[in-house]
Amino acid sequence: MTIAILALQGAFIEHEQVLHRLGHETLEIRNLADWQRYCSEVPEADRRLVIPGGESTAMTRIMRDENLLEPLREAILHGMPVLGTCAGLIMLDPQHLATMDIHVRRNAYGRQLGSFTANATVAGLPSANEKPFPMVFIRAPYIESVGDGVEVLASVDSHIVAARQGNQLAVAFHPELTDDTRLHELFLSL
Amino acid sequence: MEDRTLLNRQLAQMLKGGVIMDVTTPEQARIAEAAGACAVMALERIPADIRAAGGVSRMSDPKMIRGIQEAVSIPVMAKCRIGHIVEAQILEAIEIDYIDESEVLSPADDVYHIDKRQFKVPFVCGAKDLGEALRRINEGATMIRTKGEPGTGDVIQAVRHMRLIQSEIRRVVSMREDELYEAAKQLAVPYELVRFVHDNGKLPVVNFAAGGVATPADAALMMQLGAEGVFVGSGIFKSGDPVKRAQAIVKAVTNYQNPKILAELSEDLGEAMVGINEQEIALLMAERGK
Repeated sequence: MTIAILALQGAFIEHEQVLHRLGHETLEIRNLADWQRYCSEVPEADRRLVIPGGESTAMTRIMRDENLLEPLREAILHGMPVLGTCAGLIMLDPQHLATMDIHVRRNAYGRQLGSFTANATVAGLPSANEKPFPMVFIRAPYIESVGDGVEVLASVDSHIVAARQGNQLAVAFHPELTDDTRLHELFLSL
Repeated sequence: MEDRTLLNRQLAQMLKGGVIMDVTTPEQARIAEAAGACAVMALERIPADIRAAGGVSRMSDPKMIRGIQEAVSIPVMAKCRIGHIVEAQILEAIEIDYIDESEVLSPADDVYHIDKRQFKVPFVCGAKDLGEALRRINEGATMIRTKGEPGTGDVIQAVRHMRLIQSEIRRVVSMREDELYEAAKQLAVPYELVRFVHDNGKLPVVNFAAGGVATPADAALMMQLGAEGVFVGSGIFKSGDPVKRAQAIVKAVTNYQNPKILAELSEDLGEAMVGINEQEIALLMAERGK
């Protein structure tokens, strides 16, 4: 399977490395032409997208100027599985791609001094209860509230940090920075 | 590894593929953020003006830095003088996202750098060769940038430093394992760091380019030479059309391997910063702190 990785800015290589380890290929999407190439090479049913961590303002700016916003939004609304991590979670909210019914608080834990790690259960993962998921939060957002049809998968200190709506998986932390591949595997199984 | 060090290295990972811009006012910070900067460096005077003004150059007024922190949501960095422990403590007290222990300011100590492991906030440091980079990492820096020659608009030194670091990395990778001890001795760095470079073919932290980047083509050049992102100091707000140039440099870093897009981005940018050639410089900032 070839997975599209939004590679405008941020930690996209880390996602590629995880997916390569799991035996998949990736294609970096840096502009509209890259996306069109991905769509011509990969049949609609097999398309998947990762939106990595980074700065959501930087990604939004480039996405708008490259006319990537609409085609990606359309593909996600048509059911293409998508994994958004940290800034990628923000990109799915109503202010950006507007495909997920979630209300996000940016920089919810403050500046870099507020960055932290935690372990918490993520619903829907194999051995979810026995094996909490290692979570790295870097100037992270959290989800303040979710609409109908959004399933909360994980919370830390009573703040929502992982959610799913149909084929959309959004997490406030960075599974690409740890060795635990269960979230990527869940994404690949969608 | 200590949790904090890892988290601070990981913040740098999130900045990759991005442009960090020098700004002197909240207004400039907002322009930089809207243009797609992944972080801003708050300072009272950009390097070109520091050069022009001469005299001792110090940490910026914390109030000015706080104004910029309030203006934008992206990470805010600020510079302290090399070896100036207290300036760093002050920057940590105002919860800066990254401290640049920078040769752009006048050094406070001509022997010792700051023991950056004593801090919770992350540090980025300049380097012009592999030994300098690894020494700063050993002191606790969680991000490295080439020194280049700030405030000149001349990319030659950034190119020289990036090429040197990359070629030294390749040399270490190609060594027999029993040669690494001697390499550590020559580089004046711990064996473990040389071993990491040997095994991984890269620095253990993110490496950006800085010092003299003035055009989208300069930024893309640094990326092609192995930079993981770019700092642009004087190049943006010393140019004729800062908004357009800032946006163009951001997109050039994303599409650094695509000459067609780079050609479009390089059109109609107005005046670039005038710049000073390497040979015309009286003060070599890159020679500060080794």
